[in-house]
Amino acid sequence: MSKPERAWDPGNPDRLYILTSTSDGTGKEVRIDLVTLIVSRTEGDPGLQPEHCAIARMCDYPLSVAEISAYLTLPVSTVTVLLKDLLSRELVEARPPVPVATVPDTRLLEAVMHGLQNL
Amino acid sequence: MDYRISDSPAGPRREDILPATTAAAVKVVIVGGFGVGKTTLVGTVSEIRPLTTEETMTQAGVGVDDLAGIEQKIETTVAMDFGRISINEQLVLYLFGTPGQERFWFLWDGLFEGALGAVVLLDTRRLEVSYEVVDLLEERGVPFVVAVNSFPGAPVHPMPELRAAMDLPDEVPVFPCDARDRISCRDALMTLMRYLYTLANRSPEPR
Ligand SMILES: Nc1nc2c(ncn2[C@@H]2O[C@H](COP(=O)(O)OP(=O)(O)OP(=O)(O)O)[C@@H](O)[C@H]2O)c(=O)[nH]1
Ligand SMILES: [Mg+2]
Repeated sequence: MSKPERAWDPGNPDRLYILTSTSDGTGKEVRIDLVTLIVSRTEGDPGLQPEHCAIARMCDYPLSVAEISAYLTLPVSTVTVLLKDLLSRELVEARPPVPVATVPDTRLLEAVMHGLQNL
Repeated sequence: MDYRISDSPAGPRREDILPATTAAAVKVVIVGGFGVGKTTLVGTVSEIRPLTTEETMTQAGVGVDDLAGIEQKIETTVAMDFGRISINEQLVLYLFGTPGQERFWFLWDGLFEGALGAVVLLDTRRLEVSYEVVDLLEERGVPFVVAVNSFPGAPVHPMPELRAAMDLPDEVPVFPCDARDRISCRDALMTLMRYLYTLANRSPEPR
């Protein structure tokens, strides 16, 4: 039997979940990460494809790219492409993740600890 | 009367909706070998039913004997479980459980980009998987803590012995954890945050 595992080369992959940059309608650079939050700016648009509509509808409140991918059962890369369309048409807004330096900000850590305490 | 929505759109359940004020997210990655309890941990602390996101990847085959040198494409779907914890009205934390097996390492670059840190779930029955995980995290400069899952019949090692066996620096927290227990998982995340806090205070000028 052949072993497909052997055919993988972990050293030279097509990387997944890589940060993809796109620009929204205002020309501002927007990073699309697994945890970028997406919020709709519209109820819908007649020119939209069903997948676009589905995203616009489910994002009436903030939703991460990972959640959108899970609810639509679409791969993250596909969702990213759909989001780029929506962003360039200003139909959704992207809220980028908190930037994390090599060492995270202590105020951010305090907030997270406080939140966990209430769990 | 039938209240069922016929054309029920995909999306979060009402109770899973984030407040409109949520401004940004942070992420933590749970890594460990096959069957170590990653999904269990994510599910134990998540406020939403854990979700699965996946990615299809196509890659040119290497080392495959093919006819006439035609490039082979290999397609595989890689799935990741994740959950969510709302920290406050502005901030939300996502937890991603990712396999530590070598052939999934390619996944890690974007996943760890911007992550606060990682919890390594250690299975004392298969320490060797975790060696690789720990090496990789150190190489990438991702701060991590080590949570030791205890399975029935698994060898029991005192924490100092495990630390020595894993060749972990003294500063890296190593502690027992039960992935099925909410408080235990909460404490594991808390330990990671405290550890990050000491790192942050030690180097006042982050890169
Ligand atoms: N005793 C004990 N059992 C656990 C613990 N965590 C998980 N289990 C059990 O171990 C089994 C595997 O747990 P999962 O959470 O599916 O492990 P996983 O790491 O997500 O596994 P894969 O995704 O298949 O790699 C399940 O039957 C769990 O109930 C633990 O802390 N203690
Ligand atoms: Mg799992």
